[in-house]
Amino acid sequence: MNFKNYTMPKISGSEAVIKCLINEGIETIYGYPGGAIMPVYDELFKYQDKIHHVLTRHEQGATHAAQGFARISGKVGVAIATSGPGATNLVTGIADAQIDSTPMICITGQVSSKLLGSDAFQETDIIGISTPITKWNYQITKASEIPEIFAKAFYIAKSGRPGPVLIDITKDAQFELFDFSYNKINGIRSYNPIPEIDKNKIKEAARLINKAKKPLIVWGQGVILGNAEKELIDLVEKTGIPAAWTILGASAIPTEHPLNVGMLGMHGNYAPNVKTNECDVLIAIGMRFDDRVTGDVTRYAKQAQIIHFEIDPAEVNKNIEVNIAVLGDAKDTLKEIIKYVDTNSHKNWLKEFSDLYEVEYNKVIDAEINPTKKGLTMGEVIKHINEYTKGNAAIVTDVGQHQMVACRYANFKNSKSNITSGGLGTMGFALPAALGAKMAAPHREVVAVIGDGGYQMTIQELGTIFQTKAAVKIVVLNNDFLGMVRQWQQLFFEKRYASTEMVNPDFVKIAEGYYIKAKRVSKRDDLAPAIEEMIKSKEPYFLEVVVEKEANVFPMIPTGSSVSEIRLS
Amino acid sequence: MSEKKIKYTVSIYTENSVGLLNRISAIFQKRHINIESFNSSITEIEDVHRWTILVHTSETLIKKIVGQINKQIEVIKSYYHTDEETIYQESCLFKIKSSLLFDDRKIQNIIKESNAIIVTVNPEFFVIEKSGRTYELDELYEKLSKYGILQYVRSARIAVTKAPLFISEILKKFKKK
Repeated sequence: MNFKNYTMPKISGSEAVIKCLINEGIETIYGYPGGAIMPVYDELFKYQDKIHHVLTRHEQGATHAAQGFARISGKVGVAIATSGPGATNLVTGIADAQIDSTPMICITGQVSSKLLGSDAFQETDIIGISTPITKWNYQITKASEIPEIFAKAFYIAKSGRPGPVLIDITKDAQFELFDFSYNKINGIRSYNPIPEIDKNKIKEAARLINKAKKPLIVWGQGVILGNAEKELIDLVEKTGIPAAWTILGASAIPTEHPLNVGMLGMHGNYAPNVKTNECDVLIAIGMRFDDRVTGDVTRYAKQAQIIHFEIDPAEVNKNIEVNIAVLGDAKDTLKEIIKYVDTNSHKNWLKEFSDLYEVEYNKVIDAEINPTKKGLTMGEVIKHINEYTKGNAAIVTDVGQHQMVACRYANFKNSKSNITSGGLGTMGFALPAALGAKMAAPHREVVAVIGDGGYQMTIQELGTIFQTKAAVKIVVLNNDFLGMVRQWQQLFFEKRYASTEMVNPDFVKIAEGYYIKAKRVSKRDDLAPAIEEMIKSKEPYFLEVVVEKEANVFPMIPTGSSVSEIRLS
Repeated sequence: MSEKKIKYTVSIYTENSVGLLNRISAIFQKRHINIESFNSSITEIEDVHRWTILVHTSETLIKKIVGQINKQIEVIKSYYHTDEETIYQESCLFKIKSSLLFDDRKIQNIIKESNAIIVTVNPEFFVIEKSGRTYELDELYEKLSKYGILQYVRSARIAVTKAPLFISEILKKFKKK
């Protein structure tokens, strides 16, 4: 065969989009069709044996599903939508992925390049709109740009600190024919995703850790994103240092590990918050000192020397001034520091944590998970989920009281098991995210725990769950209130419950309307059997649990307070 | 906690890409910082652009802002410097009624003493150009404003740093990877 004269037939820009996705190993994407993206959907029809397109009921649902997919698998999630309202409906999910460092590619259709700037039908400047909430974005106006831009987009989304990338493609570029060839990218000259490790910093940090009498490790999602769970456990076990987690760091170390001392922050555990202001060395790993974790920064760990293991140099000294910054990928830096730290066990120091846990158990936890009063608590629901899933479920939560309770009481045995909207606090996240998670990990039990408020923000995704038959287990903790806001109104606004009480529909009927098995429980005796039935179900299952209307989540660090001022009631 | 605010010159070496300006300006806007002047130009390195941004803020904030700027994909490297650490220039144009040149001879002296350049003269107006440091331009403006200025425009600051910046080395290092 004479290769010289052999040329591949030209393909359209829209077919090239599909081929790019296939080249990047993408098998599932979430989206919603519309005028400006129709050529790509036409190709999706032709390639449906290679790429499974999941039709969500709203574009926001597509982004959260892609996020859930990415969070449980560590792979890039893909969402696709048309121009104008299709594109703007992606915005919340993109912002959520940006602040929670989730690798996601959003593809949007755009009006023809000749019409750009003419206020054409369904034209919106999605590049301008998405700029501050994307790691990178790009508008393609020529088909020939497609392979390189997609390769760049995938590389940027997943490398270093991951994040969302948006690619906007004009309709004429989707139609245009060109010679396609795809080369993956593994470097961009102006972009350095992983800083080089400075061995001196590692040694300096190790010296400080070895001298410490009361060290405390606080870790975040960087450990999970960097696949550094094993390295973190090795470090914790060798040094005997108690370790606490941010909400997005949850599940990197099993909940029952003896050195896992619990959750940090506003509704975290008593001991790690109090001890943050008593430790002598604070070792932060892959976390960014969010205000929900630090409370008042001017009174945060002032007594401690602080070491920060971080991949993103812009996070160092951003919220909290640190003494030693160890830049690099968590897996690499932790592997390195383990060589230099001494074997130790901080028995007396650990005893202080278990003493405070006992205080918290007696004042808060016991009543929450083993209640004797009439109304059902959110905590007992989580306890039963733990029992019937044996701690192997991935728990997907929305935002609010139920989220805090689920994160506090869920028993995680495996990493990537806590999927929630952390930084942005996006109500409506959980239902579509649970769908994405279940599709990415069909062998895993995925339980969505949602409040009655957030559930109704993306309730239409029941349709997607029904259509895909993804066996998501949905638990709505219904208190007929926007519970977290109501709690704040009770504590800080003299019980003026402005617009937080909800008159709710019959959730069981709604689920049944989507042909999803559904049940409602309001009595303690019915709760455990209902959860058992739900977990045993091979199909999607909806369970509404009527919980105490005006229960509060404690402990709590009120805004403006220091972490050590955490309240137990 | 009121940290001293001073002028900082931010120098950003970038790829030449559409949309990056929007990304960078959003970083300032988010923190409510006003950009006093902005200049974009080519550099000694082919295909590399240099932006010079003048802001009035605190060191704590500018350090964080430059950190965020460095994070952007198409930014090769960015820096911040104080006036003392840079050699900088701004320039300005004055359009003044020509009759004033003859009505009041002092104007001629002001122009001469300030080392300003006369760009053009015609019967209606003349235009002078002056380059220098901020205070020199301010001084000339003050002197001439007494006589009436028809139009006044001032350029953004451009600056080079006293210390070397090693951009070529950063780019070379990338090629080796």
